[in-house]
Amino acid sequence: MTDKARNVVLRTEQLKTFYILDAFGCEKVVKAVNGVDLEILGNEVYSIAGESGCGKTTLLKALYAAVEPPLRVMEGKVFYARKGDELDVYALSKEQKRRLRWDHISYVPQGSMSVLNPVARLRNSYRDFLESHSDGKTRKDFLRIARRHLDELGLPSKVLNAYPHQLSGGMRQRVTIALAALLGPRIMIADEPTTALDVVVQRGVIQLLKGIQETLQNTIIMVTHDMGVHANVADRIGIMYAGKMIEEAIADRIFGQPLHPYTQYLINSLPRFGDKTMRQSAPGSPPSLADLPDGCPFHPRCPQVMQRCREEMPRMKTMPGKHRVACWLVEGGVNERIA
Amino acid sequence: MRVLRDLFKDYRFALSFLVLWFLLIMAVLSAFSPYDPLIWFHGPPNLKPSVTYFLGTSAKGQDIFWQATYAVRNSLIISVIAGAVSRVFAVLVGMIAGYRGRGTDRVLMFFTDTLLVMPLFLIIVMLALLVRERMTLVNLGLLLAFFGWAWDARVIRSQILSLREREFTKTAVLSGTGTLKLVLKEYLPFATPLIFSTLINNMAWAIGMEMTLAILGLTDINIPTLGTMLHWAISKQALFLGQWNWLLTPVVLSVLLFIALYWLSVSISEYLDPRTRVQRVGGK
Amino acid sequence: MAFVKRYLIPRLISYILVIFLGITAVFFIPRFTPSDPVHRTIAQLMSRGTYLDPASMEAMVEDLQELYGLEGSLLQQYGAFWKRTFTGDFGVSFFQFPTPVSELIRTALPWTAGLLLWTTMLSWVFGNIVGALAGYFSRSRWSKALDTLAMVVRPLPYYIFAFALLILFAFVVRWFPIAGGTAIGRLPAFTWTYIWDVLWHAFLPALSLVVLGGAIWFQTMKLIVQNVNAEDFVQYAKLGGVREGRIVSRYIMRNAMLPQITGLALSLGQILSGALITEIVFSYPGVGTLLFNAITSGDYNLIMGITALSILGVTTAILVIDLLYPLFDPRVRFR
Repeated sequence: MTDKARNVVLRTEQLKTFYILDAFGCEKVVKAVNGVDLEILGNEVYSIAGESGCGKTTLLKALYAAVEPPLRVMEGKVFYARKGDELDVYALSKEQKRRLRWDHISYVPQGSMSVLNPVARLRNSYRDFLESHSDGKTRKDFLRIARRHLDELGLPSKVLNAYPHQLSGGMRQRVTIALAALLGPRIMIADEPTTALDVVVQRGVIQLLKGIQETLQNTIIMVTHDMGVHANVADRIGIMYAGKMIEEAIADRIFGQPLHPYTQYLINSLPRFGDKTMRQSAPGSPPSLADLPDGCPFHPRCPQVMQRCREEMPRMKTMPGKHRVACWLVEGGVNERIA
Repeated sequence: MRVLRDLFKDYRFALSFLVLWFLLIMAVLSAFSPYDPLIWFHGPPNLKPSVTYFLGTSAKGQDIFWQATYAVRNSLIISVIAGAVSRVFAVLVGMIAGYRGRGTDRVLMFFTDTLLVMPLFLIIVMLALLVRERMTLVNLGLLLAFFGWAWDARVIRSQILSLREREFTKTAVLSGTGTLKLVLKEYLPFATPLIFSTLINNMAWAIGMEMTLAILGLTDINIPTLGTMLHWAISKQALFLGQWNWLLTPVVLSVLLFIALYWLSVSISEYLDPRTRVQRVGGK
Repeated sequence: MAFVKRYLIPRLISYILVIFLGITAVFFIPRFTPSDPVHRTIAQLMSRGTYLDPASMEAMVEDLQELYGLEGSLLQQYGAFWKRTFTGDFGVSFFQFPTPVSELIRTALPWTAGLLLWTTMLSWVFGNIVGALAGYFSRSRWSKALDTLAMVVRPLPYYIFAFALLILFAFVVRWFPIAGGTAIGRLPAFTWTYIWDVLWHAFLPALSLVVLGGAIWFQTMKLIVQNVNAEDFVQYAKLGGVREGRIVSRYIMRNAMLPQITGLALSLGQILSGALITEIVFSYPGVGTLLFNAITSGDYNLIMGITALSILGVTTAILVIDLLYPLFDPRVRFR
């Protein structure tokens, strides 16, 4: 696939979404997404990595335009490319947004334990989603569509007669992912799709996701803190820290030559064959999003911290190979790994 | 202290706290009453409020204000006895059922549920009818305590069940902490606010029951309580005689008391339940 | 079959056990108290000025013992009491001597059932619908206003609330009758005038029950809906762009209803005890007034009869709802 065919399907400009909390009279601002620029391409798996509490899930919500109080969009825009146009998502009406969902963009939830209506058979849940996005079809049509869809994905279509509590955790997650792919959306957003599952089931779920992406030739934007999953499925990886994107590149480069000291920690924390040295993780813990330090938010934990890091946040800089990184070490050419 | 400060930000808590203090002071004032509440006609009957008789007098020739101080005091005494004693039952049953589980749980919950579906009110009426002559404040409190613990035992049990699932229980059990010690040291502190909130509800229930029984004439109607005051006002036709001061005194006091207790318990349980708390903290 | 064994049988067993315990309590409570109903009755008669010579006194004691089921050993009495319960024969009433208790209850029951059955249902439906809407639109102004109103109305003691309504609407402004189930002397007939008269008399008591009962359902339902609304499956359906009407009906209401169904069973069962205060305040000719008369005249047979009936009513209502519950909740049906 050439770069030309890979046009941008989703784009953000300096996106800032904050939680504005009113805790017993005093206002508290949690800067969960703090100025993120993204360009996500067609037919790719873009995955976002970072520690818990770095704003990954909030970013997904913002991309999906599912922002509800206390979360608010403070600044910036999100665009979807659709039928040759660019839609400014936050300028759309509620009903226009509703119509885009599932048809154009869908969401795979974090845990599938409780995302399905416990008192409805799965065929009814499928019907609810189908019927809300397509008109003029009968009940029989919906059932047929649902059954064919599951057949194509290699899932037993008899699960449609079951209630959610009758399925195993893995099956429930697969059925939920299948539900998200039901209308062949151009973009699927997946929030930690494997977190709650055991390792064996995890692999099946990842394969299912990957299979769907290959069949539909669409885009998956995935968040997970499991670097192993990133290595398996991601085309490009974005590293997030304290509400900001700090590095972004194709998967091989992120694993092969990470530039940001934080990314280096993340990669070094992975176990490797034959390497018996202690795995090192970043010292300290991520800053509170309600009380960010000045300058680069990583500077209190950074082993190569400089005076400048404490004062000023570096901007994203594009390096050769479309490798983008926000770090003063790179800016000043200090990082020895590039040299 | 932080907890109290947060609670006071809820206007319902602050208001009911004030009202309860006011009623408590009234109850304490009864100690300084110049009249014996059991003696009739220590003044002229059916007076309107005046300087001598702050809230007027009743048809029985009693000073309504001082009578009301006794009424508040006695109603509170009944509710505290009923509430405190039934807490002992509720906490014991709830904790044992919740902690031991299995057979013990099933048997205890069967009795609790039985008590829950019984027409308790009728049974209390039956008992009250039989021991009417000896219905002192303490006896009435104990009678209500005996029947008023079932629901709260269930509430406490489910709290213990959820505590049992937490990590520290397993750690404590594995490190060999005894059952009793575990329940007292690890669970009780967590369950205390909940127990307190059920106590308030139970006190309101007891006061309500006392009023109903008194209006039916099933308690010792010579002892002044909010219920017996109302009983006398109604049976001596205060309404038709236009003795509003007599009728309204117990009505207003009990309405204040009920609303204060209810608001107190609602604001505390909202504070305890993180889900409703989040909704209250909410966004702007 | 697993369903029958795991769900049906335990409930049937506890149904029978609860009735057994309840009726046993009704039997033993009067017998464990020191006062003897026979001597109390005679003392009450004498205090009203009736003179009894020793012979008729003796005969009366025997009669009363038979009436109260106090003949023979405790065990025999106990057996006889069960027989009487099942045949619906609770002996004769003392306060309307010698009308059988069962007949008194039969005359009064339609009034109570008519008033309380439909007000209980009405306040359930009304409170749940308004509460669900208020819970779903919990950020709106009207929802907050209703919530505040319910916060004030709910803790009011029923007695005072009902009494205030009566004074306001039947005494100060005379829109409604002050007492009774119909106008005095009106004979039951299937005519519009009669039905209208019954409804007119029932209005105030019904209003008092619906407002206070509705406030409780409203508050519980509002809280449940707020919690269900925050559940993952509702949030996910919203993310999926499922139409709002469908989310409210099939996702929120359908799930929030479940605990309320159990609540309805409990409150339907409490109708007989709940009737007492309502009927006293509004002088309504139902079981409550009957009970009040029984209490004031110490009519033990009548109280025992009403209590036993109430126990049967509550437990049966709960059993019926328990048996219907799996229809609403598949998690109970299949496991």
